Amino acid sequence: MSKKIQKKAGKSPPRRPTSRNRTETLRPALEKALRRMPKAKPAKRAQGVGTVSAGNLRGKVRLPETEDGNSAFRIPFPKDLAHLDGMSPLVIRWHYEMEYLHSYAQDSPFFAGLANGRLLGTRCIHCRYTFATPKGHCMRCGEKTRWIELPLKGKVHSWTTCYFGSQEFLKETPFNLVLVEFEGADTLLLSRLVGVGQDGIAVGMEVKAQFRRNAKLLASDVYFVPA
Amino acid sequence: MNEVYMIAGGVTKFAKAHPEKSFQVLVKEAFDYALGDVGMETKDIDGSVSSYFSDHFLRQLMGGAMVQDYLGLCPKPGHRVEGGGATGGLGFQAAWREIASGRMKCCAALGWETMAHVNTWKGNEFIALASDTNFDYPVGGFYTGYYAMMAVRHMHEFRTTPEQFAMVSVKNHKNAEHNPYAQYPGTYTVKEVRSAPMVSYPLTLLDICTMSEGAAVALLCDKDTAFSFAKRPVRITGVGTGTDAMRMADRPHGEVMLLPHEKKSDYAHLKYPGVHSFRAGRAASRMAYEQADIKNPLEELDFVELHDAYTSSEIQTYEDMGLCRYGEGGPFVETGAPFMPKVRYGLEFTGEQGVVPVNPSGGLLACGHPVGATGLMQSVFALWQLQGTVGKHFRDDSLQLKDPRRGAIHSHAGTGTYVAVSVLERGW
Ligand SMILES: [Zn+2]
Repeated sequence: MSKKIQKKAGKSPPRRPTSRNRTETLRPALEKALRRMPKAKPAKRAQGVGTVSAGNLRGKVRLPETEDGNSAFRIPFPKDLAHLDGMSPLVIRWHYEMEYLHSYAQDSPFFAGLANGRLLGTRCIHCRYTFATPKGHCMRCGEKTRWIELPLKGKVHSWTTCYFGSQEFLKETPFNLVLVEFEGADTLLLSRLVGVGQDGIAVGMEVKAQFRRNAKLLASDVYFVPA
Repeated sequence: MNEVYMIAGGVTKFAKAHPEKSFQVLVKEAFDYALGDVGMETKDIDGSVSSYFSDHFLRQLMGGAMVQDYLGLCPKPGHRVEGGGATGGLGFQAAWREIASGRMKCCAALGWETMAHVNTWKGNEFIALASDTNFDYPVGGFYTGYYAMMAVRHMHEFRTTPEQFAMVSVKNHKNAEHNPYAQYPGTYTVKEVRSAPMVSYPLTLLDICTMSEGAAVALLCDKDTAFSFAKRPVRITGVGTGTDAMRMADRPHGEVMLLPHEKKSDYAHLKYPGVHSFRAGRAASRMAYEQADIKNPLEELDFVELHDAYTSSEIQTYEDMGLCRYGEGGPFVETGAPFMPKVRYGLEFTGEQGVVPVNPSGGLLACGHPVGATGLMQSVFALWQLQGTVGKHFRDDSLQLKDPRRGAIHSHAGTGTYVAVSVLERGW
């Protein structure tokens, strides 16, 4: 930090009143502890495990050769090391997979609702702002919200038809995304609109909610169809 | 607060993939270019800010530390800044804070992204994780789909047309023909843009930027350092940042945030921002303009480099930044105002061409969008524009504006969740 900034920052906090400073107090105890430290031992000769002398063990110990992962045979390598800079880059496959234990936490009732054919939103107990996509606390005033049941009919606030998508949803293309507005709610809900193509959708169109019979406990358990 | 200047920058060629270079080497290329431009050495740099978006794309945590050591900057201060698509703009502002606070005399903002380590559709999946993964992603997480819904609402609210979106595509791809750093320059007609494969209605393949790899570096300094190394340092006079709710569904429908030149009566019946406008973009612009003492951006900015990840979002951003009123973005592009004054686009305009060129470089649509580098790329192109050195750095001066005094850069994330706007002006 520059001195300029320290000066500008104002007075430093007052020192704690002590009879002796900390360095003086600590030093004798530190010296005592240092004398107790184990002495350095002379290095041992390598014996099998530990430091391995490659010369002795050649041909005896090897990493097992396995068939998984990248199998490369005869990667070209120039005799003249000056040619290495022009070498084309090696590109490998590198798989990555994981499973999370994901909690819906305070939003869990929404997903339980979908599994039971009910659409839930939340309403602020203080200012009554109403969220069609639930929020545990009010974005406007900070108060807690309580659960309310949303109507199963709404209107298309905006929409699109996706002909491409991210990998997980590519196989479902083309599909329609809609933002749905509900009577009595201040915010919207993102969902799918099914049973109609791009030419059959318009802003303001009436839609109704349907639910997957076999819930996957995902936001996609509810979807909309033309009303 | 200390005055802050930008004195140099560097950009690598943006490309689909750079398998022959690691991210550290990409950043080093841009860093060395910037140092070389003003005769600086690594020892003159007090620290850095690393600006990159995705740990998923890189599959490496702490990439910033690896760039720091590769550039020989250890043990000087450094940290990483991340804010989705606005990462670069936020990184630029983080470097500004290092100088404004007096903690550093010269700070390097280091931006990059590597996006080709997975296929395009997996990449789209990674990007969609920047939407609410409980409520948005599982419905069909796809960023183009999100922006398309915003475009449809803009069309509904203001009668904007897809052909007006397409004019932005024509402009930015054409501008990039004179920018050697750009990934996809090209000459297109409105009809060609409209008949390209539909990705999410109304956005076609030519309405959307692509994934990209590359790096960009900006060197920011205090006044003394700036003038001891550079003849034409550019002063950063406004630094604004704004935010909005992650879920588009949560955006309010209230009153417009006005700029000084606007009146409440301009927007008597408009519910704002809804999903047709970016409140974060308006908030960031308003803060930056206030600092830079800009009362009317159309009159007082000579050019803008803005975040055109989609043609529709460029039109929406004209309005957020106050270049025209809300609802006038479509007609604004038809006037010819945001085009370059001398480039021939094969389009007819209703007014004067090139009143306030927007994305003279070609923007994200044509340059590419290596996320963490993008906002810094804008700062570098703005610097060269203000210095009058576009011809030197591009080896082609077609895109050099005549005598620009002041420009703005605008960096935007996740359907408008974070927006960073900075104002740069001639400092000498
Ligand atoms: Zn409330």
